Amino acid sequence: MRYLPHTEQEIREMLKTVGVANIDALFSTVPDPLLFKRPLELPAALSEIHLRNHLRDLSRKNAHGEDWSQFLGGGCYSHYIPSSVSYLISRGEFLTAYTPYQPEVSQGTLQAIFEYQTMMAEILGLEVANASQYDGSTGTAEAIRLAVAVTKRHKALVARSLHPEYRQVILTYLKNEGVAVEELPFTPAGTIDRAALKKSLDEQTACVVAGYPNFFGVVEDLSDVAEAAHAAGALLITSTPEPLALGLFKSPGEMGADIAVAEGQSFGNAMSFGGPGLGVFACRKDYVRSMPGRLVGETVDAEGQRGFVLTLATREQHIRREKATSNICTNVALCALAATITLALWGKGGFKELSRMNYDRAEDLKEKLAAVPGVRIAFSGTTFNEFVLIPRQKPTDVVAKLIGDKILAGIPLWRWYPELAEGLLVCVTEMNTDEQIDRFVAALRRLS
Amino acid sequence: MSTGGRGFQFQEPLLFEVSREGREGFSLPASTKPRREPPAALRRLNDPRLPELSEPDVIRHFTRLSQWNFSIDTNFYPLGSCTMKHNPRVNEEVARYTGFAHVHPYQPDETVQGCLALMHALEQYLAEISGMDAVTLQPAAGAHGELTGLLLIRAHQTAKGNPRKKILIPDSAHGTNPATSSMVGYDVVQIKTGREGRTLASAIAAEMDEDVAGLMITNPNTLGLYETEIRDICDIVHSKGGLVYGDGANMNALLSKARPGDAGIDVLHFNLHKTFTTPHGGGGPGAGPVAVKKILEPYLPVPRVVQKENGFAVEYNRPQSVGRVKAFFGNFGMLVRAYTYIREMGPDGLKRVTELAVLNANYIRSRLKGSYHLPFEAGQMHEVVFSDKIQKESGVTTLDVAKRLMDYGFAPPTVYFPLVVFGAIMIEPTETESKETLDRFCDAMVSIAEEAKKDPDLLHKAPHQTKIRRLDEVKAARELKLRYDFKS
Repeated sequence: MRYLPHTEQEIREMLKTVGVANIDALFSTVPDPLLFKRPLELPAALSEIHLRNHLRDLSRKNAHGEDWSQFLGGGCYSHYIPSSVSYLISRGEFLTAYTPYQPEVSQGTLQAIFEYQTMMAEILGLEVANASQYDGSTGTAEAIRLAVAVTKRHKALVARSLHPEYRQVILTYLKNEGVAVEELPFTPAGTIDRAALKKSLDEQTACVVAGYPNFFGVVEDLSDVAEAAHAAGALLITSTPEPLALGLFKSPGEMGADIAVAEGQSFGNAMSFGGPGLGVFACRKDYVRSMPGRLVGETVDAEGQRGFVLTLATREQHIRREKATSNICTNVALCALAATITLALWGKGGFKELSRMNYDRAEDLKEKLAAVPGVRIAFSGTTFNEFVLIPRQKPTDVVAKLIGDKILAGIPLWRWYPELAEGLLVCVTEMNTDEQIDRFVAALRRLS
Repeated sequence: MSTGGRGFQFQEPLLFEVSREGREGFSLPASTKPRREPPAALRRLNDPRLPELSEPDVIRHFTRLSQWNFSIDTNFYPLGSCTMKHNPRVNEEVARYTGFAHVHPYQPDETVQGCLALMHALEQYLAEISGMDAVTLQPAAGAHGELTGLLLIRAHQTAKGNPRKKILIPDSAHGTNPATSSMVGYDVVQIKTGREGRTLASAIAAEMDEDVAGLMITNPNTLGLYETEIRDICDIVHSKGGLVYGDGANMNALLSKARPGDAGIDVLHFNLHKTFTTPHGGGGPGAGPVAVKKILEPYLPVPRVVQKENGFAVEYNRPQSVGRVKAFFGNFGMLVRAYTYIREMGPDGLKRVTELAVLNANYIRSRLKGSYHLPFEAGQMHEVVFSDKIQKESGVTTLDVAKRLMDYGFAPPTVYFPLVVFGAIMIEPTETESKETLDRFCDAMVSIAEEAKKDPDLLHKAPHQTKIRRLDEVKAARELKLRYDFKS
């Protein structure tokens, strides 16, 4: 077996050093009735050649973005990943390193995380960012836990336009922590209903949670929501499923957000059927001691050289145990590294340019589709790279009919929004060619 | 600043310090669509200060940073409880196949049959390996699996009429166990480890009552010892209506040798990034699937992958479910890697993995016995815990030993954990380390034990050979520089 280096001779020598006759003797502390005596019922071992063929066959049973025209977003986006990213994150020194608890032998990971924290704080417009959460959904739930800890209040107002699976995760996380979750409806523009917000905000409210852009792709100025929340003593949490939008649109910090979460998959991480993602988490510096997750800080070594360490570990489970701010341990460091490399390559100019390109291409498709007879756009608000379409036929029928054209047409909304059962969420990125866009429009025209 | 460092360890500034205005490292197609202007009120006011660099700048920067890291690929990582085994590269390659990497989670079921088939099979493999009945692949890491598992226990107790108030946790447990219990609304009752380093059924019986929702137990425990009374312990908990949560962090000691489900465990998480070779990546991503007995299956997170006549489907309608713990389907990329590993090893290969992991730990124990104090005498499984009791006589601590080990080219072991051993040095070699490597490591440890007697100061000031010396952690926490300061 190629991963197991022991020769029979070595095994004999080692057993002798240990002082036992055979390997089974090493398991003598397991009570006999609990020893597993039959072979595991698993498929027989495969050689690397057969393994690759088998996995290749399985992967070919999936429709994927390279052969199909793919117009799906909804919190997971197809963006170009520069070749250098996969190359660099595949370096064994990054890939096979452990969590950087021992700083003297982990400066590479630590400096990269420090750079990541800086970039995320800059993009979200907030003072500090942590080393990552699992993904946007769990990050958003943790943000509410942070708001509850900071305000000592126990009500969260969550926009119905926030990603529906994020809302489900929030409910799962908070149901045993005595936090009441109330929903804020959306307007015909796809924005948060301000009148409802005013009515629900009270002295019990810990936070208002808004999608930015929201699940419908709608971007709204939340400055007044921040003001209203602050006036009531509550925090504003923004949750951004597509942070590429922040190359063009106001940062959460610029609108007065106190905690900003994002799903960073768009930054250099493959869709990979929805995971792993990258939970970006930033907030005001005042809350740093209540923040979940790891933090990297700058310091000096015994000779005065700059170096980086994990810091404020007294918040974390391995020190604080039941009093920790969160139970998170493993995060998604390698995905954060991919994001850091990607953003270093895009740079200031590329980030903005790519953001613009996504906006322009989606606007172009939106206009073309709106001109198809019987088709309309559900919300009047500004959108980033996705929008809700009301096709003439049922959305699930549209999706099913376009499979034959190798077009993945969009995400039907009926599962989460009965009131939008006619809605189809359609996304365009730089990965959709002009030809794909034209074919999509032609196909929808055919179905009209 | 000179870029030269010690040997070929280069100095490397922060990205932001080498940025030059106007430099670019991206390649985008020319825009073919008319430029649109979003409403001015929505436009960003200040651009994020991202660095401006060429591709060669970026490659060199991160290559240099990578060279400052210790990794499994560099040398032996004796980290106890972390299972730092070799990460096969075929796993990396197949996870990047376009048919896995470029698949969207909201595609219609008929267009993702490969993903669903892989997930369905992996669930079955993990159930067979652990002796359980059903598996969810949704949790993103071990601690996330714990959260899921305790939510399942709470749902079960609630359905029986009372969620109950407490969770029992041995004092040798990982910190995630108590932290998770708090998040699920339970008070923690700490169970003292017995004199032999094991949890005693009598200690569980003394605390078990109708207020206890369940027990969280790691087996083998963090001292590397099999919990010999596990069967009785589970019976005691069950007899009072409680359930037993198994922390699967140490599954590497059990593959094909003993199944948690057979011992009476009701719910268990796996760490695919430990036992099943998905890379640690400097801290993640991991994956923490949760396996359960039949009684807990109705509560598993939504959605579930189910097999139907015409193929696999994603099922959302499960009214008793605890809900979702993560968006989409879990860390699918990690699932592909773990699946690939299980298919490569097969049943015999996995059995050999555990046998050699346990042999390696026992070998280290035998070789270092005498040089380092062994707090417990009983038989070791996949990891071994020493203490600094002998070294303390010359004023040398576990931390000094750990730091000095770096000068010998090895990563330090896990230190000061588990908390039940004062000055713990916890070593888990895994099965992928050869006898020569273990010998070199043991020689280094023995040599350090000698140095501790003769020249304690050499150890206090260690490491001496690393790129950077001992870092001022107090300054880091006091001054809190968590991002680059653009003004300086």
